[in-house]
Amino acid sequence: MTGVPGVNMSQESLVEIRDLNFTYDERPVLTGINMTIPRGKVVAVMGSSGCGKTTTLRLIGGQLKPTSGTVKVGGQVVHELDAAGLYGLRRRMGMLFQFGALFTDMSVYDNIAFQMREHTDLPEALIRDLVLMKLHAVGLRGAHSLMPAELSGGMARRVALARAIALDPMLIMYDEPFAGLDPISLSIVGELIRKLNDALGASSIVVTHDVQESLKIVDYVYFVSAGKIVAEGTAEEMKHSTVPYVHQFVWGEADGPVPFQYPARPYGEELLESAVRRG
Amino acid sequence: MAKNCWKARCAVADGIARALRGLGQRVTSRIWRLGYASRFFLAILLHSGTALRRLHLTVREIYFTGVLSLIIILVSGLFVGMVLGLQGYDTLQRYGSTEALGVLVSLSLVRELGPVVAALLFASRAGSAITAEIGMMKATEQLSAMEMMAVDPIARVVAPRFWGGVISMPLLAALFSAMGIFGGYLVGVQLIGVDEGSFWSQMQASVDFREDILNGVIKSFVFGIIVSWVAVFEGYDAEPTAEGVSGATTRTVVTSSLAILAADFILTAFMFTGT
Amino acid sequence: MSRTTLDLWVGFFVAVGLGALLFLALKVGNMASSNSGDTYAIHAKFDNIGGLKVRGAVKSAGVVVGRVTEIRFDPEAYLAVVTINVDSRYKFPRDTFATINTSGLLGEQYIGFEVGGDTAMLKAGDTIKKTQSAVVLEKLISQFMFNKAAEDGGNNK
Repeated sequence: MTGVPGVNMSQESLVEIRDLNFTYDERPVLTGINMTIPRGKVVAVMGSSGCGKTTTLRLIGGQLKPTSGTVKVGGQVVHELDAAGLYGLRRRMGMLFQFGALFTDMSVYDNIAFQMREHTDLPEALIRDLVLMKLHAVGLRGAHSLMPAELSGGMARRVALARAIALDPMLIMYDEPFAGLDPISLSIVGELIRKLNDALGASSIVVTHDVQESLKIVDYVYFVSAGKIVAEGTAEEMKHSTVPYVHQFVWGEADGPVPFQYPARPYGEELLESAVRRG
Repeated sequence: MAKNCWKARCAVADGIARALRGLGQRVTSRIWRLGYASRFFLAILLHSGTALRRLHLTVREIYFTGVLSLIIILVSGLFVGMVLGLQGYDTLQRYGSTEALGVLVSLSLVRELGPVVAALLFASRAGSAITAEIGMMKATEQLSAMEMMAVDPIARVVAPRFWGGVISMPLLAALFSAMGIFGGYLVGVQLIGVDEGSFWSQMQASVDFREDILNGVIKSFVFGIIVSWVAVFEGYDAEPTAEGVSGATTRTVVTSSLAILAADFILTAFMFTGT
Repeated sequence: MSRTTLDLWVGFFVAVGLGALLFLALKVGNMASSNSGDTYAIHAKFDNIGGLKVRGAVKSAGVVVGRVTEIRFDPEAYLAVVTINVDSRYKFPRDTFATINTSGLLGEQYIGFEVGGDTAMLKAGDTIKKTQSAVVLEKLISQFMFNKAAEDGGNNK
């Protein structure tokens, strides 16, 4: 399957990650990850901050190379592609960055038109129609002439969302789409993720630590902790999971398998030692 | 007692070893960075197709680096020329050769001050802005986002800025020199009263187009490459944090200023051999 | 800022910059006068060139007609050989007399052409026969002093 050029559309799952290991500066970030993203589904990758979720997205997008194991997107092994192949693949991916990453020197309109202008020879009139269509989908058609600095956090996120779907991608990746949003924007963005996925017939990966919002919209969940997948299942299964980590995470408990304390020597020992030194 | 002494000696040896290790680390990291910067330079040249084919990308950067530096370049040029006029007159009149004022003003501007001072001003006005802009784009993941959109940030962001700077620099240096000569003329001829005819004719007789003016233009072209290269590299290499970007901006100004002066010495040694 | 205003500004900037370059080339430099035409090279041998430099002026009747392009030493004749590029608009007779002069008392040295009466003209590669070397100030002064001393000695006798 690997040798077939182009993207194989007949496959069941769009993204397949097998035995993925990634080490950064000799520090293991991801170990033994196996994930499958079926077509047409919205899959969440959850875990506490710094557990390697964003790294997973970058590995899928080919911005990082795995230490071992493979990431297959549409049947192609990402890290074996040459530059042209990788760029070809990325044209069919959309990504929403953590804080939107809108181009600050361009208006909202130009931000969304960016990829169309870079990758297609469409006439400007057609680009205009497409841009307004995308903006309409996120409810911001009226804001097309604003600069990113003039947008609120929630609006910026929606514009970034419109930009991510500019070329009707087959795979949309969201890096913390809910971070720093007020409750209203939060549910707007959540709903948009689901609606756009279904309307485009795409597949989505949502990396987040916002459990309540994402469990409402996703089909399947992977829980990552310290670079390993500790649990997986449908949203409903996760809510009633008995895995201690998942339970702690879903219900937001302060202490549990993820300890409140940063690893340290026993407190008593440390106190005693300083007393001896002083004494 | 002896044991203590041995321990102390150990500590000293340890300290020396650590100092040497630190030095070695610093040297290797410098060399590594230089190599990285050179590879980056090569990558810019290789990916310049977009910047030159879609000229409006580069034109936009010429606006930000060239047009926005116009005021500072013109005003500084005028003042430097006026000061040269005053100082030059003061020195020349001791030897009774004030007609040579035009020669003095024009040669010092065209050969040295024009390219060098304009490049230094350019580094602090436009170079730092380029670094800060690219650094901020990196810190806010705009470059990453571009990569994920299958657009090469070196071709789309870095190369146009580089070429914008390279094109702007010789023009700015020429404007600086021209403005400076005008300033020297204002002070020397209009204010002090040096003979206008000899001011211009002596200047024309001793300023050679190829030797002086063309070499000055070549200098400013080289400086333009240096400043733009340093600026885009520092921005692209900046740590993606607020401190990282501000540190990179400072490094741009310091590194490119030093590099300009060093390159000026080398170029001058080759160009004006004094025969 | 719209693209047209931006283009306008950049166009203005480039035009002004090129204008400054043109100003430097024509008004400040000598491109208009000296590099305009072709030149031909002739040689001249001097006993002593004094402080003559490459790029020094070559004047006839006070007008610049060429430039010194090369100065070397002839190890057989023990003479200085100066190569001169003369503007091809000007022709000089074969018996032209080349002298090394000084502009002002301490100024730059230049080569002066004093035109003879020959009907044949100098061609490229020719060598000027009649030359006069630079006046070396020290020699002049010592000559003057020796003469003075000799005169004084004579008087005393």
